[in-house]
Amino acid sequence: MNSFKGVVGTSVARPQARRFVFGRGRYTDDLRIAGTLHAVFLRSPYAHARIEAIDLDAARTVPGVVAAFDGKAIASVCAAWTAQFATLPDHRSAAQPPLAVERALWQGQPVAIVVADTRAIGEDALGLIEVQWHELEPLPHPVATAVADPAHPPLHAALGTNIAYERCIVAGDPDTTLAGADRVIKRRFQFTRHTGVPLETRTVLAEFEPGLRRLTVYQSTQVPHQMRAIYAELLGLSEANVRVIVPDVGGAFGVKLHLYDDEIAVAAASMLLGRPVKFVSDRLEAFVSDIHARGHTVDASVAVKNDGTVLGFEVDDIMEMGAYSVYPRTSVGEGLHAISLTGAPYAAPALRARLRAVFQNKAPVGSYRGVGQPIACGITEHLIDAAAAELGIDPAEMRRRNFRRAGIDPPKTAGGIAAGDLSHQRCLERLLQLMDYDGLCAERASARKAGRHLGIGIAAFVEMTAPGTGLYGAAGVKIACSDGCTLRLEPSGVVTCVTGATDQGQGSDTGMVQLIGDALGLDFDQVRLVAGDTAVTPVGGGTWASRGLVVGGEAALGAAHALRDRLIDIAAALLDVRRDALVLSASAVRERDGAKSLSLAELGGMMHYRQDLLPSEVERSPVVTFHVVPTGLIANGIQASLIELDPESGFVKPLRHWVVEDCGRVINPMLADEQLRGGVVQGLGEALLEECRYDERSQLQNATLADYLVPMASDMPDIVIDHVHTEVTGTLLGAKGIGEAGTIGAAAAFVNALNDALRAFGCAISEIPCTPERVLRALRRVP
Amino acid sequence: MKFAPFDYVCTRSLAEVYDLIEARGPDARILAGGQSLLTTLALRLSEPSVLLDIGGLQELRFIEERNGAIHVGALTRHCELETSPLIAARLPLIAQAMPHVAHAAIRNRGTIGGSLSLADPAAELPACMLALDAAIVLASRDGERRVRAEAFFKGLYHTDVRPGELLVRVEITPLEKEWRFHFAEFSRRRGDYAMVGLAAAARGPGPLPEELRLAFLGCGDRPVRAREAERVASGSASAPRAERYSALRRALEKDLEPQSDPNASSETRMHLAAVLADRAIEALSG
Repeated sequence: MNSFKGVVGTSVARPQARRFVFGRGRYTDDLRIAGTLHAVFLRSPYAHARIEAIDLDAARTVPGVVAAFDGKAIASVCAAWTAQFATLPDHRSAAQPPLAVERALWQGQPVAIVVADTRAIGEDALGLIEVQWHELEPLPHPVATAVADPAHPPLHAALGTNIAYERCIVAGDPDTTLAGADRVIKRRFQFTRHTGVPLETRTVLAEFEPGLRRLTVYQSTQVPHQMRAIYAELLGLSEANVRVIVPDVGGAFGVKLHLYDDEIAVAAASMLLGRPVKFVSDRLEAFVSDIHARGHTVDASVAVKNDGTVLGFEVDDIMEMGAYSVYPRTSVGEGLHAISLTGAPYAAPALRARLRAVFQNKAPVGSYRGVGQPIACGITEHLIDAAAAELGIDPAEMRRRNFRRAGIDPPKTAGGIAAGDLSHQRCLERLLQLMDYDGLCAERASARKAGRHLGIGIAAFVEMTAPGTGLYGAAGVKIACSDGCTLRLEPSGVVTCVTGATDQGQGSDTGMVQLIGDALGLDFDQVRLVAGDTAVTPVGGGTWASRGLVVGGEAALGAAHALRDRLIDIAAALLDVRRDALVLSASAVRERDGAKSLSLAELGGMMHYRQDLLPSEVERSPVVTFHVVPTGLIANGIQASLIELDPESGFVKPLRHWVVEDCGRVINPMLADEQLRGGVVQGLGEALLEECRYDERSQLQNATLADYLVPMASDMPDIVIDHVHTEVTGTLLGAKGIGEAGTIGAAAAFVNALNDALRAFGCAISEIPCTPERVLRALRRVP
Repeated sequence: MKFAPFDYVCTRSLAEVYDLIEARGPDARILAGGQSLLTTLALRLSEPSVLLDIGGLQELRFIEERNGAIHVGALTRHCELETSPLIAARLPLIAQAMPHVAHAAIRNRGTIGGSLSLADPAAELPACMLALDAAIVLASRDGERRVRAEAFFKGLYHTDVRPGELLVRVEITPLEKEWRFHFAEFSRRRGDYAMVGLAAAARGPGPLPEELRLAFLGCGDRPVRAREAERVASGSASAPRAERYSALRRALEKDLEPQSDPNASSETRMHLAAVLADRAIEALSG
């Protein structure tokens, strides 16, 4: 009788995947709205230049060009913005205009917008715009120079400094602790800038209706409600008159959760013209206008005793920013993570960490998958391996001796992170088993005899997921850390889920449907999901910080439990049985041990058309809403990498990669593993290939996909994944986030593996990406 | 970005192509497989006034043996070279090189004539033409002329093609049976343009090469025969590896002038060239 089998914890395939593979995804660029115009931007060719004059007249005469606006014209309907956090009073930035006015501060900053019947016509007109530039000196590059040269004129004169933010963390009396060290191992690290490169570039279609003064923005974004609040505020509209709709999104990785000058300029142009205006970022302009990330120059050290005990870490991080701190989240989250999470997996009590975030004449820096956590992991795990090698201790054993022990070490790390119940030791033991660590070490030894250079590297990490309202709300920033879910029992018995979470392809929608289906005894295809429309969905944070399924799923589960209880109340009255004798399964409320039942279709029909039949003493609405306020959950895991080094050419090949991760309960193993695999691939991209290369004039040298190398499937190793499950208390879901875990640890594991192989040559590398040339330099084969 | 406006002509005969080249002057560009040209248009790096599409000229699409030479029509796709039994049997160097040419999707459309006419110094086929001493056949209304590969490639994206001419085929006389071949390159990812590559051929009845041809790509403004290294290598094939590397490296300093670019300094390219030469000799010995 009871045929229903739960699907939570099983690998249900994403129904959307089939749709995308059939080419039937509907992205913002696929929308056809009558009368739509196309926007193109003139961008600054200089990293720093004064705009003496702009002449748009010739561009305006091109047939098919409807309008052209400079910065002043756009500023007439769109206010400038300044990233500010009440919780970071020392953080400084300057007012950023939608289009540069008087001065351009990075190569790629938009200076003028042309609106035309087609994009091609707009591009023709761009060539006719006359700008009188006066090139100015860009801020020094690299940043270490900028810090060393405080005399350099500040980019924003009113701030009086090029250091946007400085922060120090001191814990565990580092002076005394470090004085007791037998050895201090120091390294200089260079993490090169890179960017997110989603398959679908940023796209926005803004439609302003002058009659009602209503603005609808179709946008490829992770954060519809955040964008609604921003558009309303900066464009001077009532928030009730702004609607943000998110069609399918082809990847985001953090790129699509910031305010972009060109995107709001499109909305401003729509207001000025009273017509729909669309902008699709070209790949070329994506490289100079999407947020960049990483870009850290770090001096760091670890203090150890001869018995292998790690006493503490010191970190001095100079972090690259762009010309502005990015709005509304600021650019400094990356640096804050980098310094506060250094050493996080270890019991070492002492930490002295300093961050300086420095303005540059480069594209703004923002949150990209991992947000500073790969930096912290890269520093920490490199130093742990270097210490282990100096002390002659096996890297796995070094970690075993120093990991924080749940229930024994203080619940907070030296960096102030509540990490009391993390499973580092269990993850390590599972990893060693999974990869056959001893067998691999033997294989490495025999390969070396045969002239092959294999390397094994391990990297443990923590992952901050699903942060609470202290992050943004308390900072005075209108970003919800909460999420809500509305469930509606339809007359047909199908349940519609309306969620504030957004899915950029990771499959969080599927996870939510699984949760709702199980809670209500419905088959997977009996649940429909609606998302990404601020006019419809509950206000929510959207997707970032590994929160989509954790917060959105928790809200969905809470709503499903509430709807379940309501259906049981009604059915108990109608069937005349006790509530606790009823369960939901196989699309019906039924007696656990009896024959009576009411299908959800019957209940749905009555709740919509025959309310007269329902008991009056119970709640009869077919709609429930549940909101969740998360408090922040910290996940952890460990990765390992096996590589082969060709010491003659400097080429390094990743051979295999392993991940053991603990996110508590796994809702959908296939989707969780794919999140890890995708993250690992991005991390290996960081380690091997990806870098935004700037020259001395802060000109980006490699703004095409032929020159900015992203990892390709054919070059990636097999990635073996397993999970350790620590119970998560205090939530219905029992799950932590997993979206960034792969990225956080992959580069560190790879670099440690490479350094394991380089140790035979008495050298090491601490700069990523590990290009063949950098490896050859480390090997002293080229100057 | 979108293409700047241009005229498009789908040509139906070589005679029509010659007429149009003459009528439209240097702003006319030949469109074959489009794998390089369309990218430059999409970047608005070039804005030709007219594209002359020769894709339908079946007479330019063939691989056949004539009088002991292999003739390859200019419109022959990379994938056709890659899978041709005749190429595999008679020109194994090309067969070895083809999998390194970009990705399958590009090989499906890219043509040998397009690749040679573009003369990208990091491309595989020009170096193979050099190693095999191919004759490049250029045709115009006035007839045909043959140019040896070494004279054809004149500089960065610069060839001996004259106004009014079209590259119509290449002719390659296969080397005798006792030649062996080796193709290798270093690229950051599979399918990328190589940082450095080498098309090599060695002759010798015994295990050690008596005569060598080393044609490098990515080491200058055009594909380069490394004559000094060829001479040195023939004598040092049996030398210890480290010694041989040093000898090759010294010789290559005379042969090659690799440029520095953001991917690799000239020193790195020189080093990688020597590693490739050394490995080629190892592979071509016995």
